[in-house]
Amino acid sequence: MANTSALEVRNAVKVYGVKPNDVIALNDVSISVENNEFFTLLGPSGCGKTTLLRMIAGFETITQGSIRLFGENIENLPANKRPVNTVFQQYALFPHMTVLQNAAFGLTMLGKSDKEANSVAGRMLEMVQLGGFADRKPGQLSGGQQQRVALARALAPSPKLLLLDEPLSALDLKLRHSMRVELKQIQEEMGITFIFVTHDQEEALTMSDRMAVMSNGELQQIGTGKEIYEQPGNRFVADFIGETNLLSATVESVKGSHATCVIGNNTRLECVVSDAIEAGSSAHISIRPERISLAKSTVSSAGQDTLTGVVSRYVYLGTDTQCKLLLDDGTKINCRVQNAHGSTTDLAVGERASIHIDQGAARLLVN
Amino acid sequence: MANTTTDVRRYPGFLAFTILCLVLLYTPMIIVTIYSFNDSPSITKWGGFSWRWYQDVFFGIEAAKFKTAAWNSLSIATMAGISATVIATSAAIGMIRGNSFKGKSLSFGLINLPLMVPEIVSAVATLIFFSAIGITRGYFSILIAHMVFCIPFAYLPIAARLEGIEKSYEEAAIDLYATRWKAFTKVLMPLLAPGIISGFLLAFIISLDDFIITNFVKGAGVETLPTAIFGSVKQGIKPNIMALSTLMLLVSVFFVSLSYYVSKLGERSR
Ligand SMILES: Nc1ncnc2c1ncn2[C@@H]1O[C@H](COP(=O)(O)OP(=O)(O)OP(=O)(O)O)[C@@H](O)[C@H]1O
Ligand SMILES: [Mg+2]
Repeated sequence: MANTSALEVRNAVKVYGVKPNDVIALNDVSISVENNEFFTLLGPSGCGKTTLLRMIAGFETITQGSIRLFGENIENLPANKRPVNTVFQQYALFPHMTVLQNAAFGLTMLGKSDKEANSVAGRMLEMVQLGGFADRKPGQLSGGQQQRVALARALAPSPKLLLLDEPLSALDLKLRHSMRVELKQIQEEMGITFIFVTHDQEEALTMSDRMAVMSNGELQQIGTGKEIYEQPGNRFVADFIGETNLLSATVESVKGSHATCVIGNNTRLECVVSDAIEAGSSAHISIRPERISLAKSTVSSAGQDTLTGVVSRYVYLGTDTQCKLLLDDGTKINCRVQNAHGSTTDLAVGERASIHIDQGAARLLVN
Repeated sequence: MANTTTDVRRYPGFLAFTILCLVLLYTPMIIVTIYSFNDSPSITKWGGFSWRWYQDVFFGIEAAKFKTAAWNSLSIATMAGISATVIATSAAIGMIRGNSFKGKSLSFGLINLPLMVPEIVSAVATLIFFSAIGITRGYFSILIAHMVFCIPFAYLPIAARLEGIEKSYEEAAIDLYATRWKAFTKVLMPLLAPGIISGFLLAFIISLDDFIITNFVKGAGVETLPTAIFGSVKQGIKPNIMALSTLMLLVSVFFVSLSYYVSKLGERSR
């Protein structure tokens, strides 16, 4: 049992409704989440995150595929038999019960004595710093406090898996940021596997051990934040996570994991390739803005393999400055320079610049 | 709101029209109430204040008849109200929480049809149905009829309340290991309670007030308050009827206010 995953979803398909009005909400999604992992489902609205989560919780049936929890198939268990708890987006705290009764509900339903249920619930409330609020009704709490109660309630029965559906989206920015840290801490302390749904890539990057990027009911990529940011597997991922420049290119030659591509006005660029691709085919190159640097364009530097363009605009963003450039072939690209270094801004708007791309920063994307 | 030009209170003649409506609605009731305290046996001439007609209701020659009728009315209204509420609650949960099924809107129509069908039609139909299946007319037939026609009245406030309760509460309960029954009793019921109480009170009042259907399906000798009053009035209107009507009015006002208060309370607790 040592190496079974906490959760394994295999080839999950979810179809809502019947033909011809059916909606395919999930199409052949497989994920496996390790024990004690903070795993995030990330994707734009409508991509099927909630559907997948509700299927794991047992609120939706699975059309095809299987779900295993620590090696056991659970897809046929009803929701109240699955050792999985959910933190709902709108919290769904029971308004007629006190905070303590809410937190103790799961344990009571599991048949624990009131004394035991209340003492565990009390400890959970302490953990989320709401020890003094036990006798209040949920309606008498702020949004952030309600969110903590929802967390305490879901954690009290010590589930094998905690599911969180955009739990921070109703909070204001400041609170959201501090809750991110707190959630992560709680997850590490309790050693419970978390599956967290969000459409906020920053949230996903700051909290997750690993994440799955989804789009249109299909899995796009699974990996750590770093892997997904630095080695996006396709155009969707590159564009959705962070900012990127996508340039269309033609592959000239491929050598191992490197390819030489031609972009724009016959400029050649060395790219890293992850998927197999043949010379002559067309693809896209993704370059993160912060991995591009600018220099004054001089005759000597403007060789065949150097991109050149004109600075069209600077946007000051606090920690860094965004510089918009117009390449000679008409492509627009962005680059970012940290203001601490202050090196870009010595180029005036309208001036010609030669563009340097960091080693390995240009990635060729087949899809 | 008061200053906006679209305020309905600014339309010419609004005040006069409102007063006219109120007068038409309430004058008869006010007159009945006032004349129930009339000392004279005439129903048109005022002869000073007295409680005599109230005494007559409780201790006069018709007192026994009224007492039995009142007991019939109250017991039927209570039982019909309770069973209509139970049925309406199940129906509302099935209609609103259940998956969509073929004929869902048809079912909705069927549940609420009695509200639209002229009562006399229901009355005749019920009577014919009872004779066809051989139910003898009497207390029991009234009870069955009331149980049935009270359902839509109980259904409406319950369904309205249920529509406003997010499904996620029940899901949260089930997620926290509650059985379906526990999720219903521990979570949904308390949230639905104001709707259920309003539904019951409404059904109760409707049953208490019903005349047409009752009059058709009641057997000879079994009376509810409305049919007993009607019976008395046929032999000429005596002021004791006014006293009795005033008492019934009081009961109705009490229950309607209670129902209103309960639903207000529910709105605040949401
Ligand atoms: N009960 C349902 N019946 C029919 N279609 C549904 C149902 N629930 C969801 N869908 C559809 O399934 C798709 C995925 O929905 P889902 O709620 O999983 O998206 P999501 O990724 O959670 O989006 P969001 O970020 O907006 O919450 C959508 O196209 C949605 O319209
Ligand atoms: Mg969602």
